[in-house]
Amino acid sequence: MSISITLVAQLIAFVAMIWLVNKYLWAPLSALMEARRKKIADGLSASERGKHELKLAQERSSELLREAKDKANDIIAQANTRSNQILEEARTNAKTEAERIVAQANAEIDREVNRAKEELRAQVADVAATGAERILKREVTDKDHESAISDLIARI
Amino acid sequence: MATENAGGGPVEYIQHHLTNLHVGEGFWQLNIDTLFFSILLGALIVFVAMRIGRGLRAETPNGLQNAAEGILEFVDEQIRDSFGSRAPKIIAPLALTILLWVWLMNFMDLIPVDLLPAIASGLGIEYLKVVPTTDLNTTLAMALFVFILTIYYSIKVKGLGGYIKMFLFHPFGKFLIPINIVMTAIDELAKPISLALRLFGNMFAGELVFLLIALLTLGASISASLLIWFPLQVVLDMAWIAFHILVITLQAFIFMVLTIVYIGMAHTQDDH
Repeated sequence: MSISITLVAQLIAFVAMIWLVNKYLWAPLSALMEARRKKIADGLSASERGKHELKLAQERSSELLREAKDKANDIIAQANTRSNQILEEARTNAKTEAERIVAQANAEIDREVNRAKEELRAQVADVAATGAERILKREVTDKDHESAISDLIARI
Repeated sequence: MATENAGGGPVEYIQHHLTNLHVGEGFWQLNIDTLFFSILLGALIVFVAMRIGRGLRAETPNGLQNAAEGILEFVDEQIRDSFGSRAPKIIAPLALTILLWVWLMNFMDLIPVDLLPAIASGLGIEYLKVVPTTDLNTTLAMALFVFILTIYYSIKVKGLGGYIKMFLFHPFGKFLIPINIVMTAIDELAKPISLALRLFGNMFAGELVFLLIALLTLGASISASLLIWFPLQVVLDMAWIAFHILVITLQAFIFMVLTIVYIGMAHTQDDH
């Protein structure tokens, strides 16, 4: 019942127990719990960061979308202007071309008319001369001939 | 065994139960039963700890690991209440060891008082005291270790000069140095002694009450009076067990908390 060498033995047993509990229970378990605590904290901060990044990305994407829309509108406006311009140009060109073709055609017609007139005149002179020869049955003198032709030409 | 000793009466029965299985005499008395049961229970703790340690999982802890983590967090919380975050590394395993080991040693008290001694006597072992914490050697050994740690941390944190100053100028200032020395020495020595005696006293008294309850029908012959005593014994025993479950847990907890507090007090720099 009294204090004895058992105390020393129990003291040694107690110190050994502290060492063993530390080695097999406290150290591994607290390390595990610490690691888990850190993991959870990391996960939470990562999710927070992710949320923040998502928000930034959303802002950026909506900004890009707005920019793209603006740009598209610009392009459409530009295209409209350009198409109007092209239409205008084409119209002008067509008009000029048409006028040129008409003028050319007119000139051609004039030239053809004149040529026909010349031909006709020559043929008429021939026909007239032949006709007159036949009617008169005689050789018209060069002088008469000349004057008759001139007369005809003048009349045509 | 109980019937064998019944002839000697209640005094002999109780004395027999309070005698350790020992070798040696006087200072060299080694209480084999105390050592055997404390080491057995310590081995149980280590065995369970190793089993938990083998299947440690961070993501999906199982039942036993959950329980261990719960106890661990509880101990850690007590330490943080006393120390903040600058507790020395030994405190946590020390407190955990005290809580688990002392609780298990106290728990031996709940095993029927005659069961293990009866089995032992069947094996030819005459004396057996199964509760290691009813041996003052056990509780004083733990208290002494705590005392050594408090001195160590006092000197480590305050310095040797600071530690001596604490004896000289505390609690009455520099004009009453002799009284201060006596007061502080008593103050310091009271800590381990009260720590050891509190646990020992509670467990010893608890054991004694179980023995007294057992005495109610000890050596009684089959008679009409047994019809009264036996139910009374059962009721008393159940009531005392229910109460004692609280006592053993409370005593283990108190021992742990006071250990933490004492070392925490030693560990504070700005004491005086």
